[in-house]
Amino acid sequence: MPALALKGITKRFGALVANDDISLDLDRGEVLALLGENGAGKSTLVSILFGHYRADAGRIEVFGAPLPPGNPRAALDAGIGMVHQHFTLADNLSVLDNLMLGTEPLWSWRSARGAARAALLDSAQRFGLQVNPDALVAELSVGERQRVEILKALVPLGRRKGARILILDEPTAVLTPAEAESLFETLHQLVAQGLSVIFISHKLDEVLRVSQRVAVLRAGRLVATLATAEADKTRLAELMVGRSVDAPQRRARAAGDVVCELNGAVVRAAGRRDVLAAVNLALRGGEIFAISGVAGNGQQALADVLFGLRALDAGSVTLRGSVMRARPRDWVAAGVARIPEDRQAVGVVGDLALWENVILERYATPAFASAGVLRRATAMAQAALLIRRFDVRGAEGRGADMPTRALSGGNMQKLILGRELAGDPTQHQAPSLIVADQPTWGLDIGAVAYVHQQLLDACAQGAAVLVISEDLEEIFALADRIAVMHHGHLSEARPAAQWTLAQIGLAMAGGQAGGPDGGSTGEAASEPDHAH
Amino acid sequence: MHIERRAEVSRVAQLAAPFGAIAFTLLASSLLVAWAGAPVGQAYALLIEGGFGTLFAWSETLTRAIPLILTGLAATVAFKARLFNIGAEGQLYAGALAAVAVGGLHGGSGFALTPWLLFPLMMLAAALAGALLLLGPALLKSRLGVDEVVTTLLLNFIVLLFVSMMLDGVMKDPTAMGWPQSVVLQDGLQLERLIPRTRLHTGLLWALVLAVLLWALFKHTTTGFEIRAVGANARAAAFAGMPVGWVTVKVALLSGALAGLAGAIEVAGRAGYVTLDMSPGYGYTGIVIAMLAALHPLGVVAAAVFVAGILVGADSMSRAVNVPTYIADVIVSVSLLAMLVATMLAQYRLRWR
Repeated sequence: MPALALKGITKRFGALVANDDISLDLDRGEVLALLGENGAGKSTLVSILFGHYRADAGRIEVFGAPLPPGNPRAALDAGIGMVHQHFTLADNLSVLDNLMLGTEPLWSWRSARGAARAALLDSAQRFGLQVNPDALVAELSVGERQRVEILKALVPLGRRKGARILILDEPTAVLTPAEAESLFETLHQLVAQGLSVIFISHKLDEVLRVSQRVAVLRAGRLVATLATAEADKTRLAELMVGRSVDAPQRRARAAGDVVCELNGAVVRAAGRRDVLAAVNLALRGGEIFAISGVAGNGQQALADVLFGLRALDAGSVTLRGSVMRARPRDWVAAGVARIPEDRQAVGVVGDLALWENVILERYATPAFASAGVLRRATAMAQAALLIRRFDVRGAEGRGADMPTRALSGGNMQKLILGRELAGDPTQHQAPSLIVADQPTWGLDIGAVAYVHQQLLDACAQGAAVLVISEDLEEIFALADRIAVMHHGHLSEARPAAQWTLAQIGLAMAGGQAGGPDGGSTGEAASEPDHAH
Repeated sequence: MHIERRAEVSRVAQLAAPFGAIAFTLLASSLLVAWAGAPVGQAYALLIEGGFGTLFAWSETLTRAIPLILTGLAATVAFKARLFNIGAEGQLYAGALAAVAVGGLHGGSGFALTPWLLFPLMMLAAALAGALLLLGPALLKSRLGVDEVVTTLLLNFIVLLFVSMMLDGVMKDPTAMGWPQSVVLQDGLQLERLIPRTRLHTGLLWALVLAVLLWALFKHTTTGFEIRAVGANARAAAFAGMPVGWVTVKVALLSGALAGLAGAIEVAGRAGYVTLDMSPGYGYTGIVIAMLAALHPLGVVAAAVFVAGILVGADSMSRAVNVPTYIADVIVSVSLLAMLVATMLAQYRLRWR
């Protein structure tokens, strides 16, 4: 008898079939990876499993017993536990309090703290999840918080039974490589104890690393279930996308002159350590420079400086030798293509039409306006051109007049990419510098490959490219040189071939990079002679 | 139950929303009419007759609509950029006072100017007074993050007290037998009647022209584009290089100027002098009108005529069937709430599970 059996699950939203007749078993003591692109139906399936949605057809059995549909409580009672990608912990409470939250009856005189503490320590011991029950959640690292989330699902407290089936939704998205490694260890311990785990991801490496079986969803349908031992990356990618995915084509080229340079760049924050601490950086034409690091180590400030949004407190930033001010228009006019991390909140104005977002940076230039009046026809034509050239899908009905909000994330990113790479249509000039902050965050494989190819092509045409990313796979796929940010310091920049995954992981955690010249993580810069 | 954003808002739903809201409003208000003991059908018939039934009714309704269009436009500009100007009432009074200060105080002796020159000066002064009144809150908002709802709202009371001081002080009309009212505008500065023997004046043309200009501004100019972008997503606008602070200032000047003009046109088209009760809350009603019009400048004209008709019609209904005139306020308020819900339902859908 399987731990969990889904039988013919179907769920429609209007015309969209989010889950189409999905049948799937989860065995005891196994890690099953649920693999699929964004929008493939993973979240819908899990929401049905957890009782947030009610399936239009099909049923669910947990350890042979039918699970009442549309009832999260029933799912919990049946032993299904869920760890969300975004944590659901109260920062201002201790670990123990977070675990007890909602488990005690409202009108009880006695608190069961003692019993809860015992249960917590017992589970922590059994599954090898070390946490301090009295630590404030606010003081924990991201990896530790995730451990608390997992414990929250596992520890039996009050009328909550400990989960026997654990669902993890994109659990590694926020972790460093070392933390992810430790999570994988934990999962092995859990299944060794007889638990069953569903591991949701779109990262192929992880899926291959951690699971025993892989179920691949595509466009709402279960296209394959296969043993991980028989799978490889290419095969999985093809199953996931439904066609073969070409790896980005790199063309050999020599790095050119320095386009953009940071010298001793400092950004201070009131009452805290410097967000950027004396960062030196030289970006060369025809070279992709990648900056890796755990989120929140100063990458955002660095990106904001290079977007022209933020002024330095000390040091200088120059573009082709001239000092730049923190005025986005100056940077746009100088031919800098800027791709922000948060495409929906910063990259586009969702309520404006596609054509309006296409001219968002240059609406006041002669290209799109004369005497204060928008040249609407020109803007529409430019939008139509970009939609075609950059393969923006979803605008077939209303064309460039449709609100940008209605685009999917991938197509929104293509639109932004098009706007940035096309630059000023009256000047026919390729961008000289491209600053891309998490350019493929949340995109599916097809869109990722597209974005990567565009960046590589622009670089081959001579642009200096800076990619800031937390995704090491992306960094190694694109970068010529790599540096790591930690606590506002930028490590020594070295050619990609000279970094190993372990070294990057160490540098991300603040350890010594251990370069050939014993490079300190402090402020070693890209040495000017290195490219030649 | 939860709420989901619709992927795409259909044009039909967008157009149907205001009509649905009005239908609901009339239905809900009829309960109150029935409660007051009046026959609902007859009451509504009288209300519509009184607001739109005759040429005279139309002239009264349109006269009442003039300041409402202008304050409605003032709210529309500001709200489009998410500058929540609740101070149109104060800006209207400031404009009215400035108009009289330029066009009446000196009685031809101080400013020895022809009306042709004095009239534009008077309008300019009114627009400037309203604009400057909103400039402070706008700067406080963009520089220090002070909530403009609070500052503009409280400024209304300050302005009203200031007007009261002026009407009992330096601007008091000595011939008004002690009533607190200002001196009168020079003859040549008063607006012409549009229809003889009614109160409808050429201020209506001003209001209509300004509505069309504002519509063109939003649709065709870079400034209008900035206003819409900043209002829809200020972070993205700033990222793209729009001068968000300067846009806020421009919006404040424009919005305040429109409200100030409302005051000047009301003075020049109606009494010719300022009193403390010249506006029965036109500034606040302008907010309702802007929302009813879904922040569309041409929709503002329609919404203002609708609201003015209800206000005028309620007067005559109240006389005939003895329902208090407050019913008009209820109708206008309920219509705002219904409109907000209808707009939300056009953009979002409710799911019951």
